[in-house]
Amino acid sequence: MRKLLLLLTVITVGLLFIARLFYLQVYKKEAYSLFEDSAIRTVYDYPKRGYVYDRNGKLLVANQPSYDVMIIPREVKPLDTLEFCKLLKITKEDFIKKYHRANNYSPRLPSPFVPQLSKKDYAVLQEKMRKFEGFYIQKRSLRDYQTTIGANVLGDIGEVNQRIIEKQPYYKMGDLIGNQGVEKSYEDVLRGVKGIKFIQKDRFNKNIGPYKNGRFDTLPQPGKDIKITIDSELQQYGELLMTNKRGGIVAIDPSNGEILALVSGPSYNPNLLVGRDRSKNFTKLYRDSIAKPLFDRGLQAQYAPGSPFKVVNALIALQEDVMSPEEKVSCRMGYYYGSRKLTGCHHHKSPVDMNAGIAQSCNAYFVTAYRKIIDKYDDAGNGMNIWAKHAKSFGLGNYLGYDLPVGQKGRIPDGDYYDKAYGNNRWGSTYIVSNAIGQGEVEATPIQLANMVAAIGNRGYYYTPHIIKDIEGDTIPKKYTTKRQTTIDKRHFEPVIEGMFDVYNKGTASTLRIPGIDICGKTGTAENFVRIDSVYTQLTDHSIFVAFAPKDNPKIAIAVFVENGYWGSRFAGRMASLMIEKYIKGEITRTDMEHWILTHSLENEYAKPYSGEPFKINGETTLQVVDKVQPKKDDDVNNSINIDPNKPQF
Amino acid sequence: MNRENHRGFRFDWITIVLFLLLVGFGWLNIMSASHIGEIESYFDMSQLYGKHAVFIGLTFVIIVLILSVEAKFYERFASIIYIVAMLALVGLFIFGKDVNGARSWYGIGSMTLQPSEFAKFATALAVAKYMSDLQTNMNTLKDQLKAVGIIIVPAILILLQNDAGSTLVYASFFFVFYREGLQQIYLAIALSAIILAVLALKFGILITAIVATLVIAGFYVFRRKKRASILQSILILLVCVSFSAGVRMFFDHVLKPHQQNRISLWLRLEKDPIKLEKMKQEEAYNLIQSEQAISSGGWTGKGFMQGTRTTGKFVPEQETDYIFSTVGEEWGFLGSTLVVLLFMGLIIRVLFLAESQKSQFSRIYGYGVASILFIHFTINTGMVMGLIPTVGIPLPFFSYGGSGLWGFTILLFIFIKLDSNKINEW
Repeated sequence: MRKLLLLLTVITVGLLFIARLFYLQVYKKEAYSLFEDSAIRTVYDYPKRGYVYDRNGKLLVANQPSYDVMIIPREVKPLDTLEFCKLLKITKEDFIKKYHRANNYSPRLPSPFVPQLSKKDYAVLQEKMRKFEGFYIQKRSLRDYQTTIGANVLGDIGEVNQRIIEKQPYYKMGDLIGNQGVEKSYEDVLRGVKGIKFIQKDRFNKNIGPYKNGRFDTLPQPGKDIKITIDSELQQYGELLMTNKRGGIVAIDPSNGEILALVSGPSYNPNLLVGRDRSKNFTKLYRDSIAKPLFDRGLQAQYAPGSPFKVVNALIALQEDVMSPEEKVSCRMGYYYGSRKLTGCHHHKSPVDMNAGIAQSCNAYFVTAYRKIIDKYDDAGNGMNIWAKHAKSFGLGNYLGYDLPVGQKGRIPDGDYYDKAYGNNRWGSTYIVSNAIGQGEVEATPIQLANMVAAIGNRGYYYTPHIIKDIEGDTIPKKYTTKRQTTIDKRHFEPVIEGMFDVYNKGTASTLRIPGIDICGKTGTAENFVRIDSVYTQLTDHSIFVAFAPKDNPKIAIAVFVENGYWGSRFAGRMASLMIEKYIKGEITRTDMEHWILTHSLENEYAKPYSGEPFKINGETTLQVVDKVQPKKDDDVNNSINIDPNKPQF
Repeated sequence: MNRENHRGFRFDWITIVLFLLLVGFGWLNIMSASHIGEIESYFDMSQLYGKHAVFIGLTFVIIVLILSVEAKFYERFASIIYIVAMLALVGLFIFGKDVNGARSWYGIGSMTLQPSEFAKFATALAVAKYMSDLQTNMNTLKDQLKAVGIIIVPAILILLQNDAGSTLVYASFFFVFYREGLQQIYLAIALSAIILAVLALKFGILITAIVATLVIAGFYVFRRKKRASILQSILILLVCVSFSAGVRMFFDHVLKPHQQNRISLWLRLEKDPIKLEKMKQEEAYNLIQSEQAISSGGWTGKGFMQGTRTTGKFVPEQETDYIFSTVGEEWGFLGSTLVVLLFMGLIIRVLFLAESQKSQFSRIYGYGVASILFIHFTINTGMVMGLIPTVGIPLPFFSYGGSGLWGFTILLFIFIKLDSNKINEW
């Protein structure tokens, strides 16, 4: 027994130790990764971010180096502070304060001493840098916008947040990522792939050398340049026209779906979101809940489309064979169901055929057509579904699939929608006649409307609108080069297009004709409401206009939307007309019309609901006239923000 | 003549092979743990592994010397060796050199020598000599005290030099005493003392007293035969309680703060998370680093010279006391288990040989060797793996350092020599 005590103890201890080793090394161990090894420092080598060019090869976004003076407090040797401070343009007190701050953070780790030096200061400092031990210059790359336009299209880059890091482990703290616009949607293409170096460090956090002689290190792959479909001159012109107004302009090339201009008013200078003031400016833009400059009205503003939607109803009526182009409908200042007036109308010649119906935008005509479509089928739900299927084939009622990161679905109601609203089969075509004239439950975004007219101009097909034209050494996604057919036969388009042509010729937009260009268009006026102090209040109507030109083989399809612009031809029609002329002719011949747009502002109109006083709508007040707006220059950074920085923010 | 030849080759080769494996593997790990920059030569004297290679070389000289001396020499000169070793320890107070607050080294030129490493085998020899004396009877208190005296002297000398870890090693002689006939009651007392100490520290004196009362009452009631008197039981209880109180006092007032913290971390006494965090930062840095290093090794380890923590020297003293963390990181579960098995094998082999000795002196000495190796191995490895509070003693044959390596080599090879001579004894 006495002989066994030590032996048993040895065996017990041995087994206990093996169990402990098993616990530590096998049971508790997590998957080993070089990235998580605290003995390895991972150093990233950031590639050049790709440039962005417009469709004509004009450089819009480049990179600029930015120089941070870094400090490692422990390595700082006595230096000529006077000279150093002079070079950095700081005071000696600043120097001492910054030194202590860095030293408190960590004496061993580098921290920024003076961030973002100008190129000039850097040039002077660089030569003398070796005299100042413990300081070094770290180069970073920032975006350099060569233009003041298209902030909503180009987007910006900012530091990744924790949520992104968790979702996409490629990004590490402090990395930059595209935040809006093409910077976001083409992030993977533009950013390239960063290189990685693994460095062995010791317990004092000092680098000892490359880990395993750099066997696992990778080289960075530079980002690719891209060319976008935006015509920067047209974009700039659109933004100029939109000054002092709110709304969106979307211009598409119908022959390939390329977005020529995507204007959102009010806009801002993309350079505001670069450099030291980025977060301050972003907050200012973000918190402006009235003008909402970050809200892309071309893509995100979802409104009742109003009269432009009538042409779709005309096409569906023809396709469903419930109306012929020649059939006439009489209009008694509205549409009557029995003795009940369902829809009003304005004064025009009566009765109207399809051509006149479109040209005069006759409500009664389209309610008639719409009811005939729905009532063609035994069951209103069925009819509604057929109608919705046709309307949706124009890219309405769902995301279009374009390559920009924001958007809205719009709405095309179907049978289910009304079954839910009214109860199964407890409704009929008379309940929903507002859809006939683009009011009611129908909603669309400006880009959907632009795409809709592009499909009409093409006589029955469209290409998914897109912003990418070319990727360096790569092709653009196939879905942007694939034709998408509508459900309407080609032969039905001609009478409708004639009607849209007559809108300009003799109809609601006859004042907007452009000499030498055949334009087909449609005005729209949409009622709108807001809640002011919980009172449902109607505001001045929105001004809407859609058009394509020329009539045969259209080169441009456009949708213009101006908030509270009263009626279609007043603001939106003029702007659409000017945009078309600018794009097709390259110059403006009707300078008086341009002058009118540039000197008229809607700011007073927008201020009304916030004035706290009773106000009248729809042109009861005279239009506000301002000094003529001057075009922005590309190198002008300050004259850029269209929102008033002194305005109270909500 | 034949017989002479035979005698020379009766060394226990199993022990020698285990020894060589441990020393060789130890040197590889020292190389990995201590190298600075690329390895150009294995005998680069500017690097620790180069120096250790020289120490290993000298070890073989020592081995040859030990094995060539007549076996009887060790028994005869045990007392003198012991006295010389004690004098060497005493001499430290006059000629010694302070390193890290411990006055444990003699400086000879650029070399240092640590006499406490040699005091171990000297004490083992003295204990064996005394206990194998025909006149010694370990059942008498007087002789027990004398035997304890032999180990207490070096223990106290070393403690006075501020080397508490090495002092602990002398507790290992308990195994020797027990093997040689120390009464069972001492084992019971030793175990009770350990349990009482842990209870007192962890749960306080009151709970300890209650537990002790219940246990003693249980004994009183259920031990029918030779029923002990109530008075005796109460006396035992009083001793227990005062012992607990003593432990508590010792912990609070005698131990230095860092020793308190180590024990407190081990027994998880501190409940305040802020203080605990501070304590961990101050005291458990080594431990956390070494546990992480071991843990990161996984099944098979990162490979020789490939441990990122070892290369970055994250574990302080990783070539000496914490060398096992390097084994853990670079050789993984398989490698570390192998080292544990090698040590178990060596200790058990020595135990086995000790039991087979005909001479009482050889047997007792062998037992001493096994006990000393065992306590070193247990405390060092247990500490590196976080099972035992931090105590600074080296891992035999593994840790960097000449004195340690030589001390253990002499300890082991005197026994191998004694063992080889057993054929001549009857």
